[in-house]
Amino acid sequence: MTVMTRELKASYAFVARNWHLTKRYWGWEAAFLVYAVAGALSITLIGKDQGDDRLLFYLMIGAIFWNYLSVLFQILAEQIAWERWEGTLEYTMMAPVRRVSQLLGSTFYAVVYGLVHTAVILVTLALFFGLDLSRADFATAGLFMLLGSLSFIGIGMMAAILPLIYVERGAQMTFVLQSLLLLISGVYYSIEVLPDWMQTLSRLSPATYVLDGVRRGLIDGAAPASQFHNVWPLVAMAVVLIPLGVWMFGRAERYAKRTGKLKRVG
Amino acid sequence: MTTLLDPREPRLAPEPESPREHQPKPKAGMVLAVTDTVVPALLVEHVTKRFVVGRRKKPVLAVNDVSLRIERGEVYGVLGANGGGKSTLIRLVSTLLTLDSGRVEVFGFDIERDEMAVKRLINRVSVDAAFFKKLSPLENLVYAARLYGVDAGHGRRDSIRILARLGIAEKRLSRPLEQMSRGMQQKVAIARALMTSPTLLLLDEPTTGLDPRSKLDVQTFIEEMRDDHDTTVLLTTHDLAEAERLCDRIGILNDGRLVTEGTPTELKAQVAREHGRPRTLESVFMSYTGRSLDEDAEADEDADDE
Repeated sequence: MTVMTRELKASYAFVARNWHLTKRYWGWEAAFLVYAVAGALSITLIGKDQGDDRLLFYLMIGAIFWNYLSVLFQILAEQIAWERWEGTLEYTMMAPVRRVSQLLGSTFYAVVYGLVHTAVILVTLALFFGLDLSRADFATAGLFMLLGSLSFIGIGMMAAILPLIYVERGAQMTFVLQSLLLLISGVYYSIEVLPDWMQTLSRLSPATYVLDGVRRGLIDGAAPASQFHNVWPLVAMAVVLIPLGVWMFGRAERYAKRTGKLKRVG
Repeated sequence: MTTLLDPREPRLAPEPESPREHQPKPKAGMVLAVTDTVVPALLVEHVTKRFVVGRRKKPVLAVNDVSLRIERGEVYGVLGANGGGKSTLIRLVSTLLTLDSGRVEVFGFDIERDEMAVKRLINRVSVDAAFFKKLSPLENLVYAARLYGVDAGHGRRDSIRILARLGIAEKRLSRPLEQMSRGMQQKVAIARALMTSPTLLLLDEPTTGLDPRSKLDVQTFIEEMRDDHDTTVLLTTHDLAEAERLCDRIGILNDGRLVTEGTPTELKAQVAREHGRPRTLESVFMSYTGRSLDEDAEADEDADDE
């Protein structure tokens, strides 16, 4: 068996495992999906209430695409916390699997899971509001989802380090990080309303560029070629954050092995 | 004789990704001879591991300059009080902890330099059966099989065969693991380790909490693994009868130090000769750990209370 085949098989192990877990926790999955749909509807209804179709679109895109990015982030960031909770972390870490393969498998599942979630919410909202999407440029939306996924994968990998090195508080830290991304990324409002120092921070969040790009594509029909100012930061973040995430994960694993923090607690 | 595992992989140490300079690349028969006669299954040399437990507290010396050598096919038992360093030693060999100093080799592969090669040769069963409890035993085991590069189909078949041998019927393997008793979960944990055909099996109190019948099943299975599959076993246990039954040699670990080692017969003779105590493993344990089994149990309860 070649190294590549073995690593792909190992990557698939994480995909299959997560799929089995999704099936076993189907009740929770259904509850999360209902909550996500209800949340997106509630927020979008603010636009309806204001009688402003552009605002309605604006909020809807924020709700849907933030849901996608946060699902991706959560699955990646919580993979270690999850294993620590189940007690399987040591077994995964001692298996002959490269971390890249592990992260690849988890990421692939997270992307597919996030896309299914997003599709369900998008269809529900489109039907609920009878939206006219004839001007929408879905290719642009797809491109920004792809680029946004790549940069969020890097952030998710870095966030996954927190439960690895902070045994008791790591999971809470990832939650705080996710909340801050929500606050600064212009999910439901323009980042111009933020104080100057927060606007600086918002430019470091990939979600800012994803949401702006998707909004221009779906509301105004702007093609990717006209959105270079949103594309290049996402490409740069993906190029930097993914290798950085893998490298930092390796360093954190080494630290956890030196200090004995892989051992289950709780 | 019944074969429990498919002999898919030859019982050779695989090629390391970065072979050590002084060790030739394993090649067919030549290496078999080398691995059989020269390279020990496990070599631990002057290994030390400390844990920092607080900024103002002294680091805890969990393993203190331990050296031991386990030959291929041997079952080596490590006895010692709770907190004596047994599980830390197992974790060090499992690559779950880094060494502060010293060296560990598994079939000639350095655990730090050739980590992946070592990981393919070992597996471990710990005292607590750690699984995704909502998943079925088969789902958990197939997941583990894939991580070790074993085909899902092979993994499934081997799991069913091993678990049947341990007294768990196939019809029980599709329900969530959380519905199984602690003993059955532990048997699934043992199946997980054996399914990957480890050449070095690390058993950290594998029968703790099992009923007598289950304990016997597991012990018999370990013996079969050694006899039929040439598996080397490093076993920690508090069950002295189990140690006596299974272990070719025993080492006593006290406060992180290996204070003595030998065959059960040698240790019993030694404790009678040097300490004037009855020729039992309990005497050996008490003499070299400085405490009785009852005291050890109390220490365990105190630790649980903390």
